This record gives sequence, structure tokens and C-alpha cells, in this order.
Amino acid sequence: MSARFQARLWVAQRVTAMILAFCVVVHLATIILAVRGGLTAAEILARTQGSMAWGAFYSTFVVAVAIHGGIGLRTIGIEWLGMGRAAGWVAALVSASLVALGLRAVVAVVA
Amino acid sequence: MEVKVWRGDATGRFESFEVPRQPSQTVLDVVTHIQRHLDPTLSYRFACRVGMCGSCAMTVNGTPRWTCRTHVDKVAAAGRLEIAPLANLPVVKDLVADMREFFDKWARAKGQLTPTRTRADEFAVVDPGSPARREADAGIECIGCGVCYAACDVVKWNRDYLGPAALNRAWTLVNDARDGGQSARLHAVAGDAGCHSCHTMMSCTEHCPKHLSPTRSIAGLKRATWSLPPEGEKP
Repeated sequence: MSARFQARLWVAQRVTAMILAFCVVVHLATIILAVRGGLTAAEILARTQGSMAWGAFYSTFVVAVAIHGGIGLRTIGIEWLGMGRAAGWVAALVSASLVALGLRAVVAVVA
Repeated sequence: MEVKVWRGDATGRFESFEVPRQPSQTVLDVVTHIQRHLDPTLSYRFACRVGMCGSCAMTVNGTPRWTCRTHVDKVAAAGRLEIAPLANLPVVKDLVADMREFFDKWARAKGQLTPTRTRADEFAVVDPGSPARREADAGIECIGCGVCYAACDVVKWNRDYLGPAALNRAWTLVNDARDGGQSARLHAVAGDAGCHSCHTMMSCTEHCPKHLSPTRSIAGLKRATWSLPPEGEKP
């Protein structure tokens, strides 16, 4: 794997960290506001179903989590578990799973 | 004062010596006393004794230090002193660490100037107040003692990691207006074996006896390699 690709992974890690900082704040604020009147599935779905904005927000959140988490797991695999190149493939698999499961969940509450 | 000193290679052990305390005694003075008066077979490395040459670094009570400028008063809590070779490097014998991989990594990080002029040309005029020159100045006083390398956890985890000193050297050259090897250097210092592996834990900066900040230099390299062009192209 080239140094250029590794440098890009680092850039992707930093950029997704910035996105996550924003998304986590919005997500937590929404939770705090939403539970004030009691938490029900019906209330959540009323907010999200048919909402392009929430769909776009959580899709971005999911993709950013998958990229950021995957790159972090790759580094942990290399430095702490001594996995070498295999760490990249395992991390890519985890990232792909996170995207698939996460987007499926977004579709479930928005569509 | 009881002094425990590492003897042998990596499979060695600590040996105890009784060394008289002196005013203003340095850790290097202690090691020299042992070799001259107690056991002439003790191996250690030093040259200048005044903090210029960078050859006397050892692990003192678990911390990497330059021994010639380290007073016993400052480090021997409860009169106890334990001296070992630098960590993260192979042990040759006793207090002598094998520095080859440390300096080989300077070469791998393209730590040598790539000249763009010949002796027939005029001298390059570099403004001492220019931002690039000030960046280079901030890291240029490295004496190559290896203390940062021994203090770095990433070096411990990743044997390929270039380490703080080599990356700091590369950063001084990235800021050298006379250098013509920037693209090759930025490729050499990027990626998992280079600046992008730094976890910014700052052990190098904490322990550097010259009070340099390799962490700052490594951050500079990360910025410089933000959009790394394909190998061979000018950045």
C-alpha cells in the first residue's frame, strides 16, 4: 500500500472526525429534546418518515462512522494485534458492514 | 549511594555498585567512576561531556536522558539510581545501544540535503526571519542523542516507524529553500511508517534534552503531505 494512500486514509480520518463532531452534537441534542415528552416509536417515526433532511443527515452520519471507525480499527489491528496487511481487509469488511446495516436502518425509519 | 547498572546484552541483568556522592555529580560521572575505579569492563559511550555530541544518552531510573547534563540530585529520588541502555534499540553490551537503525531511519526519511546549486553558483540568500527559516530553526538544534526515539511508544509498537528525530530532521529540510528533493522526501515521510502514525502523545517533546518539539515538526509534515502528489511529481 503506497504512502500516498496511507496519507489519504489519514486525511479521511481527520475529515470524518470533523463531520462526526457535528453529527454527534445534533444527534445528542435531538435525543435530549425528543425524550422530554416521553419516548415512543410512533413519535420517532412521525419525525423521520418522509423527511429528506433526516434521511440525508443520518446517511451522512452512517458513512462518516463507517470510514472513521474502519480506519481506526485498521490502526489498532496493525499496532496492537500485529495483523499487518490483514488489518486493512478486516477493517474494510467492518466498514462495509457498518454502511450496509446503518443505511438499512436509515431507510427503515425514513421510508 | 547504591547504583544498579545493566550488564550484558538484551538477556543481561542489573549489577549493584556502591558509588560515593559528590557535589554537582552527573549520572555520567557516576558511570565513569564505576568504570575507572570499580569495574573496567563496563562499556558505555560518551564524547563531549557538555551536551553537544549526543552520544551519552541512557535510561536513568526508567527515563531516557542525556547523562552528561543530568545531575544525580535531580533524578536519584531516595538515593537510588538505576542505569540501563536506551530503550527501543538493540543492546550491544552494558550501557551501549546499537544506534544503527536510529540513524538508518534518518537516511530513509531523506534527512540529507539535496543540493540545487554547485560551488560555482552564488550563495543562497535565506532571510532568517522568513516563516520557513523560522520553522527550520525550531528543529535544527537536534544533537541526535536518541532520547526521543527511546521515549516514543509508536516506535515500540511499529518497528518500521521512522521516529521523532528522523521526522524532525526531514521537517527542517522541507523548510530549506536550498533543497531540491522535496517530493521524494514527502513520500518517504508519509504513511504508516512515517508522520501519519504519530499519535501526538508528545513523549518525544517531553523528554528532548534540547527542548525541541518533534511533535510540532511531525504535525508540519502531516500538513505538508495533506495532498501528496504521485511519486516523482513536484509537490
